[in-house]
Amino acid sequence: MSEGGNSKKMCIIVTKGTLDWAYPPFILATTAASMDVEVSLFFTFYGLQLLKKDVSHLQISTLGNPGMEMPIGGMHMKMPNMISMLPGVDAAASTMMRNLIKKKGVASIEELREAAVDLEVKMIGCQMTMDLFEWNKDMMIDGIEIGGAATYMEMAQEADINLFI
Amino acid sequence: MSTLLDTKGLNCPLPILKTKKAIKDLSAGDTIQVESTDPGSVKDFEAFCRSTGHKLVESREADGVYTYLIEKSA
Repeated sequence: MSEGGNSKKMCIIVTKGTLDWAYPPFILATTAASMDVEVSLFFTFYGLQLLKKDVSHLQISTLGNPGMEMPIGGMHMKMPNMISMLPGVDAAASTMMRNLIKKKGVASIEELREAAVDLEVKMIGCQMTMDLFEWNKDMMIDGIEIGGAATYMEMAQEADINLFI
Repeated sequence: MSTLLDTKGLNCPLPILKTKKAIKDLSAGDTIQVESTDPGSVKDFEAFCRSTGHKLVESREADGVYTYLIEKSA
């Protein structure tokens, strides 16, 4: 795995299942693995959405998200909560975000996840979450492992970098 | 052997990921020239080389294009 001089390990708990929050774990995991860091990702609760075969359903939420402003025609648009709560607004904002991501040369989540697989990032899905939400391993991408809190703890004890996202 | 990798137009972390992938196929002592338009890549390529042990032979910028020459370590 590590062909360079780096022998560090990183472990991240991934708990968020939105399009925007899918980025930090995958960006850090792929970059770390590129720098010869051995990476493990533990996906739990909504984070497990990121391991589903199809991630085109991932959305951002503009509700209660005052830091989000979309650049439109040289301006920046914020979404008042009164508008965010309307049906279809999240879907429209998510489409805008995907277009923006493409336009700016930012990787898609699919692309980063494929890179993570290529770079041998270890991805573990939480069994309890799958039971809770009635998801099964067939819904998830190939090459992942299934485990629980003890699996995470063993990885975390050995890691030099531990993050919760 | 020297390889050219064009990552112009791509944003963080893609230039690093593509560089890592390309370096994998090289032998020790081979060089790769990476082009990027991402201003953040200047510090990133320095950090990448320090962490991986590959040698950053050259880092320069001209007309918004950042060029890095990296020599693969053993």
